[in-house]
Amino acid sequence: MDIVKELLNGSRLALARTITAIENESEETAAIMKKLYPHTGHAFVIGITGPPGAGKSTMTDKLARAYRKMGKTVGIIAVDPTSPFSGGAILGDRIRMNSLTLDEGVFIRSMGTRGSLGGLSHKTADAVKAMDAFGKDVIFVETVGVGQSEVDIVKMADTTVVVLIPGMGDDIQAIKAGILEIGDIFAINKADHEGADKLQVELNMMLDLDSHMSKWRPPIQKVVSSRGDGIDELIEQITKHNEHVTETGELIKRRRERAKTEFLELLQATLGKYIKKQIVDTGKLNSYVDSMQLHETDPYTIVHETMDSLLK
Amino acid sequence: MEKRIRVLVAKPGLDGHDRGAKVVARALRDAGFEVIYTGLRQTPEQIAEAALQEDVNVIAMSILSGAHPHLFPKVVDLVRSKGMKDVLIIGGGVIPEGDIPALKEAGIAAVFTPGTPTSDIVDFINEHVK
Amino acid sequence: MSNEKEKIQAGLDTYNASVDKAIAKFPERGHLPEQRLYTPLDIENDDYNEQLGYPGMYPYTRGVQPTMYRGRFWTMRMYAGFSTAEESNKRYRYLIESGASGLSCAFDLPTQIGYDSDDPISEGEVGKVGVAIDSLADMEILFDKIDLGKVSTSMTINAPASVLLAMYIAVAEKQGVTPDQLKGTIQNDILKEYAARGTYIFPPRPSMRLITNIFEYCSKNVPKWNTISISGYHIREAGSTAAQEIAFTISDGIAYVEAAIKAGLDVDAFAGRLSFFWNAHNNLLEEVAKFRASRRIWAKVMKERFHAKNSKSMKLRFHTQTAGSMLTAQQPNNNIVRVALQTAAAVMGGTQSLHTNSRDEALALPTEESVMIALRTQQIVAYESGLADVIDPLAGSYYVEAMTDRIEKEAMEYIKKIDEIGGAVTAIEKGYIQKEIQDSAYKWQMDVEKGARVIVGVNKFQIEEKPVEGLLRVDASVGEKQKEKLAKMKAGRDNEAVKKSLADLKEACKDENENLMPHILAAVKTYATLGEICGVMREVFGEYEAHTTL
Repeated sequence: MDIVKELLNGSRLALARTITAIENESEETAAIMKKLYPHTGHAFVIGITGPPGAGKSTMTDKLARAYRKMGKTVGIIAVDPTSPFSGGAILGDRIRMNSLTLDEGVFIRSMGTRGSLGGLSHKTADAVKAMDAFGKDVIFVETVGVGQSEVDIVKMADTTVVVLIPGMGDDIQAIKAGILEIGDIFAINKADHEGADKLQVELNMMLDLDSHMSKWRPPIQKVVSSRGDGIDELIEQITKHNEHVTETGELIKRRRERAKTEFLELLQATLGKYIKKQIVDTGKLNSYVDSMQLHETDPYTIVHETMDSLLK
Repeated sequence: MEKRIRVLVAKPGLDGHDRGAKVVARALRDAGFEVIYTGLRQTPEQIAEAALQEDVNVIAMSILSGAHPHLFPKVVDLVRSKGMKDVLIIGGGVIPEGDIPALKEAGIAAVFTPGTPTSDIVDFINEHVK
Repeated sequence: MSNEKEKIQAGLDTYNASVDKAIAKFPERGHLPEQRLYTPLDIENDDYNEQLGYPGMYPYTRGVQPTMYRGRFWTMRMYAGFSTAEESNKRYRYLIESGASGLSCAFDLPTQIGYDSDDPISEGEVGKVGVAIDSLADMEILFDKIDLGKVSTSMTINAPASVLLAMYIAVAEKQGVTPDQLKGTIQNDILKEYAARGTYIFPPRPSMRLITNIFEYCSKNVPKWNTISISGYHIREAGSTAAQEIAFTISDGIAYVEAAIKAGLDVDAFAGRLSFFWNAHNNLLEEVAKFRASRRIWAKVMKERFHAKNSKSMKLRFHTQTAGSMLTAQQPNNNIVRVALQTAAAVMGGTQSLHTNSRDEALALPTEESVMIALRTQQIVAYESGLADVIDPLAGSYYVEAMTDRIEKEAMEYIKKIDEIGGAVTAIEKGYIQKEIQDSAYKWQMDVEKGARVIVGVNKFQIEEKPVEGLLRVDASVGEKQKEKLAKMKAGRDNEAVKKSLADLKEACKDENENLMPHILAAVKTYATLGEICGVMREVFGEYEAHTTL
């Protein structure tokens, strides 16, 4: 039986191996994704992002448990940064979700960013699709919200929760630019710590100044993940947001936007691979550069010729 | 292809001595592997299931309490019964020389005892992961 | 600079000029960070009375008792316990007959984490690293024919310390020994469990409550009991440096004192019963300096920060164990020498009691013969070496004094940093302490692998070795035997009384102002099991989830 059939029949091993193929950009990925695509589009995707140490994994763990109680099946994709020096990574989010490991209705996968240029978000998107096709009702995508590529990842969520904690000081100013605009809901975690009220006031001020969200004013929810306080309320907000985007047609708009981005990214990535294979790996690049240095030719001419041969 | 060797580093059993496990986890990261660290007090069932979901190439376990004759083989059985035939399973910790043949018999590919340089573990993984 | 110091400086300059070139020829020794020679110039504060003083006098740098080993030797305490209570009882009686002056109980992991032997999670672990205790019935066997009025017992138990202490009190009562006669120690140090050792049960807040409950109960009822052994041992084992060991541990100590004061206790009512537990590591002179620095820091903390009045509150009394992590599996007999040097460090550092590890512990639990050599090591140091003949024999060594100052300074910087984070509990919750320890551990390992740090027999002077024979093996049937015993005990006890005592304990857990010790003692006496008692507390308090950062 092939891996797609196994996955659709509920084999967790097949799901795990499909995600590996996606991560490794192995050759059979395109074929697998083609077959999975018709089975996707059912899952509700929740993005969880925020600065390091905000307690995202613990919050995801508690949210997942709450959804399980409602009878929903859950998928979790936890993305952690890859070390730029060694290419390795320690993927440590799972440790905060150990109690979910033996729940057959939950599937957790840790992914390293692997330093791929822009490719990360489409890999994550494909992993989400695999879980979607597998039949997960709710899929969490958890990332550290510091870089652009991480922000791109959560853009594929239907609802994004930005997790913040008190005591970050001026950091919030820096974070503001990046993730304020992607937050559909703000969760103030560790709300029992000093400074939670102050953070709430600051956030409110910033949201008031932000005009792009005229129809949906992101709510701010206080949470103490470690004790489970505020989790039910947070889910209520998530549900409300989901209802809002469904009713207003925003969800369709978002998904359409996403499909567009996805297509363009995939096209770019495929082109990039083609260029690498045809030009870099064959040694053509070096000979081009040699002739450019000798001023025998110029980059415009070479690009022109390359495009011509490509589009033939 | 962007292949990376993925390793689950786990501490089965109840002992809390994770110095070795953590040092190994870091060394494996520095060798370019993706390390999924699951922390203390993991049952064999949890380890096998995490290994499946993460589709790891290697499971590296550490025990210092003496519970290895019971727990290591149990993990092997569970992992194999889940259909992961080629996952490399290795162990470490305070393990008497005399226990090693039985562990290997049970499917533990290698046992690393105290004093092993982490580079030996890295080399072993690089040589044996298909 | 005084005239005297100028003269020394001039001499030193001449010496350095002459030796710099010669030293450069020895690149192998080049990585040593310390300067090669110490002089009076390295002693920043040379006010003798302020920095050193006299044994038994503030700031206790030279020792906590005026007489030290001229009065009596340290307690030679051997940590033992394995498989069943019956087996361990035999080993204890053997140790007492061999001249050990105190008992030290090791418990198996299910006991340390509050599970009974018949719990599925205990499978494979029963009786492995210590003795399995499920109920008072096991404790009665463990101390059978051992007079608890005479012996001093140290129990390595933390998260469920209250339960084991209650069992000990109950056994003593059955022997006709009243609680006020009992001498011993419970480790009871939960913070280092979160940071380094890993056998925690409940979250920090209820754990701190249990600890203060014990302080209060013992100050009234078991006055000779050391209610906590604030432990740096395991922090060092997890890979910390010497300065980190005492810094993190003293920060833990500060957290306990603060918690007790917050609970309404007077500092002098409990602080005299606090004791510490240090590691004796390989670098002999650094270890001596560490022990001395720790005494000076604690004295200052208790006097200046907590305004203790009673001198007992300022004395850092400590137990020592030689470093288990420094034992090598390679050429295990070399470990005898390592342990002897570590013993020398502990003795010259003025320890109050000492456990020496056995040569084969990197391979398995120690055999009786190995335990005997370890105990004899202490006796040789005590009676033959001369190291115990005078008090604080290394005082005045330029090197040791300078290092004592350096370690004190480094540790104080860490303590300040932890204060800024919000104290030890918060620093642990944030993973700060764990991260610092792990960084040191990783650095150590990499130094060993690069050969910058030589471990004889491991990365240098290796030989082909035959597997060691005659290792102690715990009988695999221990778990089954223990389960049978437990089932029989449960069938024979008054289950109504058990139920009632557990329900009563549960109610008490919910009331934060209630001291839990009397309730636990009552439950223990009905033969409620450790797992049942901890289970009730788990229901109310919840469980700690580790947030490991790597």
